[in-house]
Amino acid sequence: MERMAQLDVRQKLEILADAAKYDASCASSGTAKRNSRDGKGIGSTEGMGICHAYAPDGRCISLLKILLTNSCIFDCHYCINRKSSNVRRARFTAEEVVNLTLAFYRRNYIEGLFLSSGIIKSSDYTMEQIVEVARSLREHHHFRGYIHLKTIPDADPELIHQAGLYADRVSINVELPTVSGLKRLAPEKDNGRIEGAMRGMKTAMLDATDAKARYKSAPRFAPAGQSTQMIVGADAATDGDIVSKASTLYDRFSLRRVYYSAFSPIPDASAVLPLQRPPLMREHRLYQSDWLMRFYGYDAKEVVAAADERTGMLPLDIDPKLAWALKFREHFPVDINRAPREMLLRVPGLGTKAVKNILAARRWRRLRLDDVARLTVSVAKLRPFIVAEDWRPVLLTDRAELKPLVAPKREQLELFAA
Amino acid sequence: MRVVTLPAPDDFDAWRDAARALVADDVPPDLVVWQVGDEATDLFATAPPPAAPRHDPTGPALKVPRAFLDLARNALLASDAERFALLYTLLHRLRREPKLTEDHADPLVRRIEGLAKVVRRDIHKMRAFLRFREVTDDVGARFVAWWEPEHHIVRANAAFFVNRFASMHWSILTPEVSLHWDGAALSEGPGASKADAPDGDPTEEVWKTYYASIFNPARVKVGAMLKEMPRKYWKNMPETALVPQLLATAQARESRMIETARTEIGGNAEAAWAALREEAMGCTRCHLYKPATQTVFGEGPVDATMMFVGEQPGDQEDLAGHPFVGPAGQVFDRALAAAGITRAETYVTNAVKHFKFEPRGRRRIHAKPDAGEIEACRWWIEQEQMLLRPKVTVALGATAARSLFGKVMTIGRERGRALRLPDGGEAWITVHPSYLLRLPDEAAKGAEYARFVEDLKMAHAATSA
Repeated sequence: MERMAQLDVRQKLEILADAAKYDASCASSGTAKRNSRDGKGIGSTEGMGICHAYAPDGRCISLLKILLTNSCIFDCHYCINRKSSNVRRARFTAEEVVNLTLAFYRRNYIEGLFLSSGIIKSSDYTMEQIVEVARSLREHHHFRGYIHLKTIPDADPELIHQAGLYADRVSINVELPTVSGLKRLAPEKDNGRIEGAMRGMKTAMLDATDAKARYKSAPRFAPAGQSTQMIVGADAATDGDIVSKASTLYDRFSLRRVYYSAFSPIPDASAVLPLQRPPLMREHRLYQSDWLMRFYGYDAKEVVAAADERTGMLPLDIDPKLAWALKFREHFPVDINRAPREMLLRVPGLGTKAVKNILAARRWRRLRLDDVARLTVSVAKLRPFIVAEDWRPVLLTDRAELKPLVAPKREQLELFAA
Repeated sequence: MRVVTLPAPDDFDAWRDAARALVADDVPPDLVVWQVGDEATDLFATAPPPAAPRHDPTGPALKVPRAFLDLARNALLASDAERFALLYTLLHRLRREPKLTEDHADPLVRRIEGLAKVVRRDIHKMRAFLRFREVTDDVGARFVAWWEPEHHIVRANAAFFVNRFASMHWSILTPEVSLHWDGAALSEGPGASKADAPDGDPTEEVWKTYYASIFNPARVKVGAMLKEMPRKYWKNMPETALVPQLLATAQARESRMIETARTEIGGNAEAAWAALREEAMGCTRCHLYKPATQTVFGEGPVDATMMFVGEQPGDQEDLAGHPFVGPAGQVFDRALAAAGITRAETYVTNAVKHFKFEPRGRRRIHAKPDAGEIEACRWWIEQEQMLLRPKVTVALGATAARSLFGKVMTIGRERGRALRLPDGGEAWITVHPSYLLRLPDEAAKGAEYARFVEDLKMAHAATSA
């Protein structure tokens, strides 16, 4: 504690941002629209998030993402801040976080704050400190920017409720996709309590929406919803397990987002953990499968069906949508001029925007291959899967013949390049 | 030929009034020349003087779809000199093809949508990457930014900054125009140069500290960064000065983390192994868990210097829950003793941790695990490897070799010498003890057994090398 007091804000920031970087989320989207035209405070939200910078790890920097403190009474193996780790410890005061947030915001570096914390003293005490930062920003400084608060499952529900009143988004990390993984790597955490807290959050959001419908003045509760994060590659979960878990979470707790974070080596790692390059391509494929469920109308079972049935793993060399199409050839080719939206969305290479444009355009004329080419990035990948006015693919009988034609070239997959 | 002169390159209202008049006269697009301010172009040297619009622009309005207006408002801000003409061509066609804007495959619509898209991106990037610097002048704190847009977006973007920074005094300087907000009203000034903007702000050092600390050196993805934050924006973003150095040291930082952890095995290896074994007991990574009795995990001290990897548990191992307790295990034990290797030095495990078999009557006949099953189970071997970090790993048979090396290895060619595992560890390959049991000829059996013991001896010698 003595040593901590001597750290200046910049040194604390170095420690407490470093400690926060293993959380993948930095989103600032999907919240209520606000501005500060009344001249009282500062900040606005537009609905669409803004990434104010990108780090060399390719991640968006939208929020000031920090921990209040990286001291922790828990000993989760995957976590750099666990009790037994030898990292330097630091602790911000609520005022320091507030001032830092405002200083960065005024210079247009950030959209707002993502505040999390190690657990100190007790869950309630820690949650109180987190809420205090948000309260000061909102009530004292009339901050209208984005606030994302990490909530602590074991904290008093009343404190969690307050967090939801100040924050745009709240989140609780499920951490590991399997219960056995959680038990091994985060022995003090409990799947039941985590899910219980998520359920509580969902209820509070529904109540707030109901109240809002009846009274215009009813307070909003976390208008950008709740999200969670799963660590990928630290336990034995297969892609199939992870996809199924994500789907369950979306269904049961109305999550806005599930983040997947490839486990990456941390300084002073616990012996329990894999010490290898984070499986970035695997993480990427999981995000793609998440997209398939959220925007392309695939259910979890269908995504899992795209995985190798013996290993439960999605292919790394091709994306899961292409993998599904190659496996279920009987659904193709899809007639661009006749097929319903659901089927167009299944065509590898057609995104949601392209499908929307195709549906609008074909009401006025029959689309030819050239037309489709103008609506998409690459028609070459598409061709084997579609029928257009002047195009019908030669029958390709099996996957073995088709894959080399449509799979991307190896070098395009090298995420580690450069 | 009609020449239309617009007062400013982003003046949508002026364009709309002019276009409305032209379309009412049914002037074909190729007979209209669009010009901004006092721009001098050769084209106009011979062009007739601009004709006054014959139609009152406030007259009955041409009905155009909302989608066209939204599209045109953005596309008009593009720096492309043809934008006015393209938009007029589209408007002119709209009279006969009222739903044209819905036909996104139409080349003209597509081209204009392309313009609108780059404009939207430019607007977004200005909101994202513009950086204010604080200065103090006679009225107090003022925040000043320098920005170089690619398109004529500055005025269109002003409302965003007003909404967000309404209580601050700020100025945005750009080459074409400057915006000033005094907390109550927005005013415009002439274009400026970078030298007119402040050249620093002490808070930038704090921001750079954040930027450097939030970067994870273990997951470098330069392409993803450049896709969203191309170099052309870097010159006005203070934090980007750190990128080269962060990248240059990333690899070393990552390796150091791994190296430190490798050399300083945590005191909790025993507990970690027990937890790993418990997790493995519920493994469903492949379908083999269904018919099998239980997971047969590895056994031995976690500080063992030799790790032996077999193929999979057999009938007896499956029932007992321990590896190498059946007939092959007995051969193995005998050979270990003959090679002078003690149990305390060894950890034994299998490439596949569930018994794969085919039922034949009441008997369960061993079946060879396939590539998918080996692959699914590799995760466990990797965990055991990382936890134990044995000096030497010995693959017993082709399945074990395939699991450890991730590819097919030929025992005959690879045995008898030290090999390098993909993770850097040392490995030796020899036959599986059950192979010795299957040899029909006693003499061959003896010779092969001796060779097996010899392989074990060599691998053992490597642990003290």
